[in-house]
Amino acid sequence: MFRFIVRRLLQMVVAFFGTTLIVYALMFAGQGDPIQALAGERPVTAAQRAYLTEKYHLDATGVGGFFYRYFDYISNLLRGNLGESLTGRSIGDILAGAWPVTIKLALIAIAVAVIFGVTAGVLAGIRRASIFDNATLLLTLLVLGIPTIVLAPLAQYFLGVKWQLFPPTSGANPDFYALLLPGIVLGSLSLATALRLTRTSVAENLRADYVRTARSKGLPRRRVVSVHVLRNSLIPVITFLGVEVGNLMSGAIITEGVFNIPGVGFNLFRGIRTEDGPLVVGIVSVLVVVYLISNLVVDILYAVLDPRIRYE
Amino acid sequence: MSDFETVAASENQAARRGPSGEPGTPSQVGQPRKPRSLAGDAWRDLRRKPIFWISLTLVLLVTAMAAVPGLFTSNNPTDCVLSRQHAAPSGGALFGYDFQGCDTYARAVYGARASLLVGALSALFTGAIALVVGMLAGYFSGWVDAVLSRVIDVVLGIPLLLAAIVLLKRVSTDSATVRIGAVIFVLAVLGWTTAARVVRSSVITAREQDYVAAARMLGAGNGRIMWRHILPNALAPAIVVLTIALGSFIAAEATLSFLGIGLKEPTISWGIEINNGRVHMRESATPLVVPSTFLALTVLAFIMLGDAIRDAFDPKLR
Repeated sequence: MFRFIVRRLLQMVVAFFGTTLIVYALMFAGQGDPIQALAGERPVTAAQRAYLTEKYHLDATGVGGFFYRYFDYISNLLRGNLGESLTGRSIGDILAGAWPVTIKLALIAIAVAVIFGVTAGVLAGIRRASIFDNATLLLTLLVLGIPTIVLAPLAQYFLGVKWQLFPPTSGANPDFYALLLPGIVLGSLSLATALRLTRTSVAENLRADYVRTARSKGLPRRRVVSVHVLRNSLIPVITFLGVEVGNLMSGAIITEGVFNIPGVGFNLFRGIRTEDGPLVVGIVSVLVVVYLISNLVVDILYAVLDPRIRYE
Repeated sequence: MSDFETVAASENQAARRGPSGEPGTPSQVGQPRKPRSLAGDAWRDLRRKPIFWISLTLVLLVTAMAAVPGLFTSNNPTDCVLSRQHAAPSGGALFGYDFQGCDTYARAVYGARASLLVGALSALFTGAIALVVGMLAGYFSGWVDAVLSRVIDVVLGIPLLLAAIVLLKRVSTDSATVRIGAVIFVLAVLGWTTAARVVRSSVITAREQDYVAAARMLGAGNGRIMWRHILPNALAPAIVVLTIALGSFIAAEATLSFLGIGLKEPTISWGIEINNGRVHMRESATPLVVPSTFLALTVLAFIMLGDAIRDAFDPKLR
């Protein structure tokens, strides 16, 4: 186990440098005028230009210059110093205010996915090919097929504006109720996938030898399903949900943008809209790291949960 | 079912047999029984599924819309008069007018072209990359497979939306062709991994078959075996995956355009329309609802079509 974790950590270090190098190279390097590219289509004043040249050591040239600037960027990233957005606010401060909101939203989404997805998935898996099973399959297909940019504005319009069941947007300090509808919209995709995964793996495990043994020992069906089958069926679901936490953090761009939730995704949304290069790079770098770490945690959790997996 | 018949080759048989001529039905007693192929079985299965017909109709409809938008509306989508802002339906404008006074329905119809173009070309390029990588990895195994599989793992680990934002932010031109090309490039570069894995695994299965050994004994080289014997087998599952991918590429294009980094005006795209409609939804919701419905139905149609075909081809699900 220890060896596996060490190996996985080493892999993670490689992946970290690889991904950040790609992000960095794409954002800054190999272009005519990095400052103009950073500022997007907006004009750059001489003062901004001089400031950015000094800040990013743009006077150093060649491959050495590139790596110099790259390690500059990495060391700043690791120290949590993400620089300032074009409006002059510290990106670290922006993110510090945004994370709690995004985490709350992601937790609501995950809770929705687990409560409804896993329950319905187990029921559908037990009663395979029943009306309930077919109905959930069709419904999840619908949810998986409808893009968030359709689902979020339509939910906002019908449930928020027209029927006024939920607040249509949330303010600066959203409470649980204001985050509920965005959480459901954000979680619906994970819900559908979690449901399908649970259904398949429950249906598969019900045919396993250990289930037959348990049944022939005379255990009641409820115990077999809730202890033997469920525990083994949840392994892929947990893996998926773990990866999904990383996805939800970055996938919240649309949902947070539409519902006006002041989280990380919303700031990225705004950064893209206002062509604020440093803000976009800062947030994307942090999100990539979050994504990598959540994948790492999931992999380790996976090995802990399933004794058959050891990656030796 | 004959196991060694290739899927692609047997499709012709299924077509020749026609929709009514089932082997083994009472009317055919006395004729020599033809073994039913996988594709024949799949086609029998598909024919009875309403979802297959519904999604196929939708796909054909939206394809026609992209090719000849004039068939569906006689109004010009760029004919926008501000005095008609949010006006009620009139004169061929089925769903009224949007904030800028453009015909909502006409804009939704003309939006099909960009979406379908991006979706189809991304799927095509994705398919090309996936076939090459999957074939090489599956056929040559060893270190080639090891290297290519790691590459697939790495690309699969990149969050698509974030990477697309990073890549597309570098495109600063407003030229419609360049932007469409850039979106296609980004989607193809990031989206080929799933299809490559599918191709790889079907190539590995096909490689071990007797007919490949037979071809090799007859003196066929690697190139010929890959082209003539393995490719037809790897193609069918890849096409199914790519049909589903086409749907998600259309959704991805709309998402990127919605964010303002994909296609830009004056190109008409559902993503841009949805974003514009969203801003003014309190005054009038139709400019939001109409392109949303078009986009959702198109994406669903491709995903359900692919799903139905895959179910029909997967004997384990029967």
